[in-house]
Amino acid sequence: MSQPGEPLLSLHGVGIGLRRRRRSTEIVRGVDIEVFPGEKLGIVGESGSGKTLTVLSVLRLLPDPPVRLLRGQITFAGQDLSALDEKGLARVRGAEIAMVYQDPMTSLNPLLRVRTQIVETQRAHGASRQAASRRCREVLAQVGLRAPERVERAFPHELSGGMLQRVMIAMALAVSPRLLIADEPTTALDVTIQQQILELVEEIQSRTGMAVVWVTHDLGVVARTVDQVVVMYAGRVVEKAPTRQLFARPSHPYTQALLGSLPHQGTQHRQPLTQIGGSPPDPAHLDSGCPFRSRCPYAFDRCAQEEPALVERGPGMAAACWKAPEEWRK
Amino acid sequence: MAEVALRATDVVKEYPARRGPAVRALRGVSVALPEGRTLGVVGESGCGKSTLGRVLVGLEAPTSGRIEVMGELTSGQSGPELARRIQLVFQDPFSSLNPRLTVSTALAEVLDVHNLVTSRAQRRQRVDELLGMVALGPRFLERYPHELSGGQAQRVAIARALAVQPRLLVLDEPTSALDVSVRAEVMNLLARLQDQLALSYVFISHDLAMVRHISDTISVMYLGKVVESGPYQAVLGAPLHPYTRALAEAVPLPDPEVEAARRKASAGEVGTLGAEPPAGCPYHPRCPGAEEICRAQVPELLELRPGHEVACHVAARQPHAKETSP
Repeated sequence: MSQPGEPLLSLHGVGIGLRRRRRSTEIVRGVDIEVFPGEKLGIVGESGSGKTLTVLSVLRLLPDPPVRLLRGQITFAGQDLSALDEKGLARVRGAEIAMVYQDPMTSLNPLLRVRTQIVETQRAHGASRQAASRRCREVLAQVGLRAPERVERAFPHELSGGMLQRVMIAMALAVSPRLLIADEPTTALDVTIQQQILELVEEIQSRTGMAVVWVTHDLGVVARTVDQVVVMYAGRVVEKAPTRQLFARPSHPYTQALLGSLPHQGTQHRQPLTQIGGSPPDPAHLDSGCPFRSRCPYAFDRCAQEEPALVERGPGMAAACWKAPEEWRK
Repeated sequence: MAEVALRATDVVKEYPARRGPAVRALRGVSVALPEGRTLGVVGESGCGKSTLGRVLVGLEAPTSGRIEVMGELTSGQSGPELARRIQLVFQDPFSSLNPRLTVSTALAEVLDVHNLVTSRAQRRQRVDELLGMVALGPRFLERYPHELSGGQAQRVAIARALAVQPRLLVLDEPTSALDVSVRAEVMNLLARLQDQLALSYVFISHDLAMVRHISDTISVMYLGKVVESGPYQAVLGAPLHPYTRALAEAVPLPDPEVEAARRKASAGEVGTLGAEPPAGCPYHPRCPGAEEICRAQVPELLELRPGHEVACHVAARQPHAKETSP
């Protein structure tokens, strides 16, 4: 699936790491990601894969110190975000790119009523008090909260997890961003609430043309919500593909192993699931080889010596593996 | 196999509230588990599934109701007697392991507390055995929890639960805190241990795919009650309760083709714990097929097909209720 025109967001050669004294340890390395207007992109990875650090770097939200952007270029709508000063960046944050996090309680102020927080966000981007109040009611209703006038007067602790996540999304949408970055916003929620949130974002997206980046470890959420997937492992992008291709014909052994380890329709009851031996490496202590090789059934000499680069495997598809998928697929 | 490992009858658990009526986390739950089998318990947060697990192992006393473990009445009991028969494994292994104890000390402690070993040599041998059972080598003996990965820590937690040679394990979301790539390994280990040691499992989880994979029978809970239970194929393959259907549909499957085909919303908000459920069927405010009777009368759990029980007025009237399952 080729995308028309210029990417809305592009990350090029992004490296994120710890810098102690004069030594730096890169825990996210060489990440290239492009998001096109209106696109639904998924970033999949396990904990420690660097997916959250990657998206936090976009709005310079890395917890610095100790973690900082060491190298790379981040461009949004043709504008170099790394060249912006704090003031310039503040205009992009929220207004152009909004973020929703896994735990809404960490991003809402417990001492302020919901209305105050949603209004302030808009005021910070130049809306009049009156317009902001009106819009607040409107977005709360849009995210499916049934009594917006009651919710806007509530303090965060008076609302349930699902309601808070809706409030967060309402706050993000109040300023009509062009890109929404959603970092596991449904992981802590029940599946029926998750379903409502996924549908809500999709509905808003089809109405406004907003692009969405879903960061998740849940392959089911990926299959349901996105068109294009980026798979991260140990701080690197190991595979990129359109969603259907990724699930039907993964090009990286890690993706294949991950998909194979889940019980699916063909899995026999109680039969052993395909295990991936070992556990993900610590991205701060990697050697020069492929980070997946110790768990990879297809690893050979070269994998220990040299890390494979992300190579194109077809339109919109790329994988970082020394072997072509034809060599290991049955 | 004919023996019943666990039977809970009409278990109620109430928590006193500072104001107003007590919170009823379990409103009369009955489950039965044959020896060597697995009972899956599914439902959303606040449905009471974790409370059920805690009550079954005696961490909390039920307000009323009977619990029998291996044929003995245990409701209201706690302490070492019960602990030797039934053990609980928690979701987060790191919060259930003492960060200041090495793996070998943590395992040895259990053996000592229950007077299961008489000499140092015996203790050492038993600790090695336990680690072997969960496929961890002797190099893990002197490790501290922070030196373990999530999967390894969960295996140590399982080994510790097995130290007292229980007949039953209650597994409360045992894979949910683990990385996706190590879940299969823990699931395979659990299945293998069950076969080797003839253990009976209560597997509590919101992960329907995993529950379906390991369970023989499944009970679906909603607001402190079982609304559907039966063989795993029937409950998740051909659910009769509208809540089970909504739950199964809400879980995104790792298959874009299937996902593209199904896009349906479950309307309404979930009832939360603490709020008394409405009159009639507790699910009726969310139920697309609710009728007059659902608002007035609480449906009973009825056996609509052999071994398949459902608490739904509408399902009870359907013709399939009288069919026998294939």
